[in-house]
Amino acid sequence: MWDYILHHYYEIAAIILFGIGFMNLLLQKNLIKKIVGLNIMDTAVYLFLAARGFIFGRVAPVPQDFSVAPTVDQFINPIPGGLVLTGIVVSVSVTAFSLALVMKLYKRYHTLNLDEVLVLAKEERKQQENGEGGND
Amino acid sequence: MSHVLPFVYNFPSFSILLTLMAGMVTPFIRNGRAAQKINFGVITVVGAMNAIVLGTLMGIGGNGEPTSYTYMMGHFPAPWGNELRAGPLEALMATLFCLVMALSILGGLKDIYRDISPKKQYLYFLMMNLLLSSLLALIYTNDLFTAYVFIEINTIAACAIVMIKASGETVVATIRYLIMSLIGSGILLLGVCMLYSITGQLLLSSIQEALIPIVENGEYTVPLAILVGLMVLGVSLKSAVYPFHSWLPGAHGSSTTSSSAILSGLVLKGYLILLIKMCYRLFTPQMLADMHITDVILIFGVAGMIIGSVKALKEKHIKRMIAYSSVAQIGYIFMGIGLGSDIGILAACYHILSHAFTKPMLFCAAGNLVNNSGHNYQIKALKGSARKSPLAGIAFTVGSLSMIGIPLFAGFVPKVFFSTAAIGSDWFRLAVVLIALAVSTVLNALYYLPACIHIWTPRKSEEAAHGDAHGHDSHGHGAEEAEDEDELVHDEHHEKPKMGISFIISMVLFIASNFALGICYQPIANVIEAGIRLLG
Repeated sequence: MWDYILHHYYEIAAIILFGIGFMNLLLQKNLIKKIVGLNIMDTAVYLFLAARGFIFGRVAPVPQDFSVAPTVDQFINPIPGGLVLTGIVVSVSVTAFSLALVMKLYKRYHTLNLDEVLVLAKEERKQQENGEGGND
Repeated sequence: MSHVLPFVYNFPSFSILLTLMAGMVTPFIRNGRAAQKINFGVITVVGAMNAIVLGTLMGIGGNGEPTSYTYMMGHFPAPWGNELRAGPLEALMATLFCLVMALSILGGLKDIYRDISPKKQYLYFLMMNLLLSSLLALIYTNDLFTAYVFIEINTIAACAIVMIKASGETVVATIRYLIMSLIGSGILLLGVCMLYSITGQLLLSSIQEALIPIVENGEYTVPLAILVGLMVLGVSLKSAVYPFHSWLPGAHGSSTTSSSAILSGLVLKGYLILLIKMCYRLFTPQMLADMHITDVILIFGVAGMIIGSVKALKEKHIKRMIAYSSVAQIGYIFMGIGLGSDIGILAACYHILSHAFTKPMLFCAAGNLVNNSGHNYQIKALKGSARKSPLAGIAFTVGSLSMIGIPLFAGFVPKVFFSTAAIGSDWFRLAVVLIALAVSTVLNALYYLPACIHIWTPRKSEEAAHGDAHGHDSHGHGAEEAEDEDELVHDEHHEKPKMGISFIISMVLFIASNFALGICYQPIANVIEAGIRLLG
């Protein structure tokens, strides 16, 4: 058991981080903290991937010493690295989009608390309906 | 696969690239109308290309045998490169999605130009291009990680077309939608990564090859169950199956007409098609049945069918009511997938199409009716609105009848298929599915029919004169002949009924395709059946 944990501590840390990020994204009331949670969650997945792709004592498949023919067992699998890079790009754009949205929300309601925003929006909607739909 | 591909086989990748290119070009145009023309040109070309692909794959002009193929992106062979895969099912979905998207934009064109500030209109069409490209990529891709990337593009584009209306309500709805979507894609990504670390492959077919011996030897049982659960959960969050639907009514109910139509009709379906592809090409239906994942999907679906309808019944806001009805319809599709048999999937695919043609029509018609009754979304305020724009009224009625599942309308055919699929199953599933179908049909009728009757009921004359301005639910006694006059007076006070030529085209084509799907269902069912056979 301990042996197992020692061998896989990256993956275990990744899953714990994923849980932390997930719960933050789900339960935090503050929108900025939610987005921080999203980033923790995404980073955890990348850590997981990178850890799966890495083998101790090996390097990325870029031959440095051309005097000897490179063999497969010198190298790690480069694909997870590529996936992590793609994932980082995706997560950056999603984060930028969310932050822009939060800015818009803050300018309108002057609060970052999602619950307060929801209450304010509900009141706004009621007012609109009353304004447009008459008073019955 | 022969060495030289027929030229037609390039079309799926061309259509994805073309839509992406159009998305990249649009920001330099900065003009809503021009951007719209580009968007329509792209949709037409892409639709035509996919129709040709469909014809070729169904063997029209050839040997008459349906075929499918995988297409290398670049010159990297199977386990390393990125691949597309096209079969009759994919080509059919892609073609019809293009059609639905064009019709939805046409149906809400006036609203787009009214709801969105002129500076941002071109961005709307940019998002439409991106949305179409991501949907096409989700339909055609054979690579799990590509699917994830395009899911994120889809999320951003979908959120953007909700928030572009820029009212407080839409911004709040978008943030809820965005959070749920991000949770969904994060969970899906974790599932994908776990699957990659077990199999070492990213192409759907290679993963399947690697998985079959693993499952046969009984290895990795727990991780596999967890990751399948994670992936299904991720897709369910994004396609708003019942317990995860909380974001949907806000996002679909508050956005501009075309956005609601496209979100309900297409965006949700992209994920469902991905789920169907996962069932056949990533895992095998037998594998999922052994893990009892299909049972879970079935339960989600049945719960969604009933509870979505109950919530719609309580709703007084017309667009939110239609949005809740989407929750119920997604439940149907999940139920079909959950039955796990080929005919269940056939029913699910047919329902994807019938819903894709019905729900946008309902949203566009409702948008027009709302415009004709003083921009009030309450159902009671829509009284008599269909008399002012009969075409919208007819479209709304046709859509309602189709959603209820009256014969001759599109919604009837999948219900027959669902029942047939259930009869082929064991008695417990048979009972659950048939009861759920019956209850859900009655519930659908309970909220759609009153709305239909309401929009056709003439307003009493006093109401017609004052009704929209003050929203009185009063009890004037008007003579029928006074009504036309009153309407004229009313129209001068407010805007003229909005019935642009684009709206007429859109509604007529929607109604026609609804009947086509409901009456000439056999050819389409044959295509879907061939597609499913080739998927497995």
